[in-house]
Amino acid sequence: MKLSESWLREWVNPDITRDQLVHQITMAGLEVDAVEAVAPAFTDVVVAEVIETAPHPDADKLTLCQVDAGDGVFPVVCGASNVRKGLRVPFARVGAVLPNDLKIKKAKLRGQPSEGMLCGASELGLEDQIDGLMELPADAPVGQNIRQYLQLDDHVIEVDLTPNRADCLSVRGIAREVGVLNQAPVTEPAMADVAVEHDQARAVRVEQPQACPRYLGRVISNVNVAAATPLWMVERLRRAGIGSIDPVVDVTNYVLLELGQPLHAFDNDRLAGDIIVRHATAGERLTLLDGQTLELDDDVLVIADDSGALAMAGVMGGESSAVSGQTKQIFLECAFFNPLAIAGKARRYGLHTDSSHRFERGVDPALQEKAIERATALIQSIAGGEAGPLVISEDAGSVPALAEIELRAERIERLLGMSLAAAEVEEHLARLGMEVTTREDGRAWTVVAPSWRFDMAREEDLIEELARIHGYDRLPSRLPVIQGNPQVPEDRLDARRISDLLLGLGYHEAITYTFVDPQTQAALEPSVTPLPLANPISADLSVMRTSLWAGLLSAARYNLNRQAERLRLFETGLRFRPDGDGLAQVPCVAGLVFGSAAPQGWQGKPQRVDFYHVKGDVEALLELGGHHQWRFEADSHEALHPGQCARILRDGKSVGWLGKIHPRVAKALDISAEIFLFEVEMSAIVQANVPKFADLSTQPKVRRDLAFVLDDTISAQQVIDAVRNGCDDLLTDVRIFDVYQGDSVGEGKRSLALGLTFQDRSRTLRDADVNTQVESVVSLLKQEFNAHLRD
Amino acid sequence: MENLDQITDQALAAVAAANDLKALDDVRVQYLGKKGEISLLLKGLGKLSAEERPKAGALINESRSKVQDAISTRQASLENAALEAQLAGERIDVTLPGNGEQPGALHPVTRTRRRIEDFFARLGYEVAEGPEVEDDFHNFEALNIPGHHPARAMHDTFYFGDGRLLRTHTSPVQVRVMEAGQPPFRIIAPGRVYRCDSDLTHTPMFHQVEGLLVDKGVTFADLRGTVAAFLQGFFEVEDLPVRFRPSYFPFTEPSAEVDIGCTHCGGEGCRVCGHTGWLEVMGCGMVHPRVLEFGGVDPQEYTGFAFGMGVERLAMLRYGVKDLRMFFENDVRFLEQFR
Repeated sequence: MKLSESWLREWVNPDITRDQLVHQITMAGLEVDAVEAVAPAFTDVVVAEVIETAPHPDADKLTLCQVDAGDGVFPVVCGASNVRKGLRVPFARVGAVLPNDLKIKKAKLRGQPSEGMLCGASELGLEDQIDGLMELPADAPVGQNIRQYLQLDDHVIEVDLTPNRADCLSVRGIAREVGVLNQAPVTEPAMADVAVEHDQARAVRVEQPQACPRYLGRVISNVNVAAATPLWMVERLRRAGIGSIDPVVDVTNYVLLELGQPLHAFDNDRLAGDIIVRHATAGERLTLLDGQTLELDDDVLVIADDSGALAMAGVMGGESSAVSGQTKQIFLECAFFNPLAIAGKARRYGLHTDSSHRFERGVDPALQEKAIERATALIQSIAGGEAGPLVISEDAGSVPALAEIELRAERIERLLGMSLAAAEVEEHLARLGMEVTTREDGRAWTVVAPSWRFDMAREEDLIEELARIHGYDRLPSRLPVIQGNPQVPEDRLDARRISDLLLGLGYHEAITYTFVDPQTQAALEPSVTPLPLANPISADLSVMRTSLWAGLLSAARYNLNRQAERLRLFETGLRFRPDGDGLAQVPCVAGLVFGSAAPQGWQGKPQRVDFYHVKGDVEALLELGGHHQWRFEADSHEALHPGQCARILRDGKSVGWLGKIHPRVAKALDISAEIFLFEVEMSAIVQANVPKFADLSTQPKVRRDLAFVLDDTISAQQVIDAVRNGCDDLLTDVRIFDVYQGDSVGEGKRSLALGLTFQDRSRTLRDADVNTQVESVVSLLKQEFNAHLRD
Repeated sequence: MENLDQITDQALAAVAAANDLKALDDVRVQYLGKKGEISLLLKGLGKLSAEERPKAGALINESRSKVQDAISTRQASLENAALEAQLAGERIDVTLPGNGEQPGALHPVTRTRRRIEDFFARLGYEVAEGPEVEDDFHNFEALNIPGHHPARAMHDTFYFGDGRLLRTHTSPVQVRVMEAGQPPFRIIAPGRVYRCDSDLTHTPMFHQVEGLLVDKGVTFADLRGTVAAFLQGFFEVEDLPVRFRPSYFPFTEPSAEVDIGCTHCGGEGCRVCGHTGWLEVMGCGMVHPRVLEFGGVDPQEYTGFAFGMGVERLAMLRYGVKDLRMFFENDVRFLEQFR
């Protein structure tokens, strides 16, 4: 909320500077977002009247003026088109310094003397309302300093109020708070009930007293809506960010800002019959003041007459009953709507008004008489009119009751970590307008909050108020010692180890949005339906990722478009996959590799990365937990190259994928096909083994190298499995140290060279022991795969 | 015997002339080998009389060891020269770069998150995590934000249209932790959160760290002390000014916003702090009794505090990153700066 400092100081004027005031209310929880001068600095500008004009003899667009500045008449040459005899305007005297350091001097313009300058609003650093000179009212006192006249030595203070402090959504509310903080008196402008001058009234029927516990209305006749709103009111509204419309609307806005009570004025001649406060009928149509027509739901509260809905209660009035230039009589409404009846309704229709903002947060339910009398008096003072009797529809039982709250000294201490003296408690609460009854020798109190502090509902609310008034920075502070019970399970790897390993392998960590482009998603996994957002921020961030690849690929494209030659990226995070009726949110680690296998060096051109380079990284990752039951199986994945794609299994359970991007997918995503991807579920990696020591064998190892020729359709894994099956536990290691394909082994065949290492724990192996094992392997491979030893 | 001196001189000259180990070995064979000239002299001693023999023997042995020493010295010198030559040939340019991978960089958000986690872990807090696709109950209801609460307008929420939503803060983890266990609770809940907002200073996804301490006798003083110690530790400024401003969150009461003295200008006022000298860095408060009740904790017996901070905000202040959006572009030129 924006308000003018000078307006606030009319209500409460503690002897503190603006900076102190701003700091004080910020530290009381009314955070000041901005303080802005109403006008920049300038000097020697006064109200003046143009008393004579004549065309410039030598310039078509210039006018020679005689200007009365109160203490003398000066010749001024003016170029504005709206200059005319009798106009009152701001006049910068010779010697004036205007914003941007413009100094006004005696001058001759095309040979004619000019002693001063007539100013437009922008020349004074104000917003131009019209082109040309700023036109002042005819009663502007000639000779008065313009800063005084327009009250320009003022600042606009913008307060960012939290939703609980609806009581401060007015000058009166903030003044009350400033009064409490400074123990300063708060003076309201004089407000008196207006005299009722006729008995014309409109009956009010409230069908939803729960939603509208109080509804006040009054007919004001013979209103002159053509009257001009006085400058002081226009200026206050403007400084609060509200434009002037007509005196009736301006007054309702003014009272809203002054007291915090929204009001609405209907053109009484355009109403038919009684005023009815009811729920809309489903689909009921209403054209609002802003011109849009809504179809209302049946839980929306409306103000209606016999002909239908007139206004969306507490949100916005309707077009058909609005005050216009033809309006002669108005029906002024001032109601209290229950916040729950208004909350969410404006938002549902994309509306947000000063009125709905206040009603959904809460308006003082005791304020309506005062506000309608104030508004009536202000309308009369500007636009004349005669007030009719006040019609009040009230359902006392539905008006929110003032909460009676028990407050205990012991609870204050338990929450704040310090005790407050009973006298201080009572004084703070009393200053806030609370009724306080002391009990139990000052160890407990019964507190009734004032009508405007409807946010006070329980003990903690009061304790917060006490802390606030006492000052948060005067409360104690200590670092608590926690009696912990730390658990460090060793069979769960710290997930940081995963990231740290990948960093060591040269991968940068990326963090990408978890909502992705549906087209990217569909290109990667057409058979999986991702979870769509109902209200995405944009179409290309509208579905939840079903793997981390969509984001990594976008990041890769971003970097490749910026001349990256080599990429190693990883990300950890959740993927979101439909799982039956539910959604599986599974933490994963994924990686993307592009470019050379190693950074470019000087020892020859590095190899391009291939499947096995990336597989090596993945294997390192999988081995982190010391668990060895991992397998890679040739399988197919929609996003991956059918010939270079492996499913990763742990203990027979599928936990991830590794492969080269499918060229079709790469094409669809407009990205290089030389990209390798992997993704593994974190839970599979972090399940770790607790190491168990085994005695080191002192016996020598024996290694035998065997090269087999077999069909190239038989996988290395099958061969290794068979070798392990063919040997007993003397075999301690099998590795493949060469793979050969070519003429010498025949088409469709390949040779696998295996290194077998044997070792016994307790004795030295004899040749015969090893030979038995080797023979068994040879015959098993022959039998299973028709493999023979290479010559 | 008469030519011993001559042989010795010849041998010594030959040793000196030997230019490699092979030549030197030939000299050794020629003079000291089985049939070497000096060895033959020794063998010829038998022809001498018993009186002459010792003297002549001594002379020959003296000569022999003189030659032997010369050979050894020469050998060492030749070996040394050979090694020197080999080493000289093996010289490389050690300033050429090494082979292999440069380490990657942790994302600055993760880097920051780890520092936060580490600080609280040392104080005895455990890390807890929760789902990102949340339900309305945990994200709002159980945090004392009922259906039409105006505070919902502060959270521009992403919905899925079926009651589920993307969590708008890490606070639902508080509720889940309380539901699942018994007090005391001391947790830190880091993670991704989402708000339907995107401009210069907002990204639709960002990171928060939530902290929760629920125990008997936890007070606002404990909250102030914990938060101040954290901020001073995080920014490594012992006397970093920290101030608490009253604020409002439906799930805490009393609630506070926490400001620190601007780390950029030291509180003088600058562009970073909007000329106020202060930077808002987190929200916190005493856990609202309704929230404790939703979590199954008796608010008469237990009290607690909670705090929540934006990780990107802290990372930006710490590392001087000026544009929030860079965190999610994943430009490697940006990422590698955090190595």
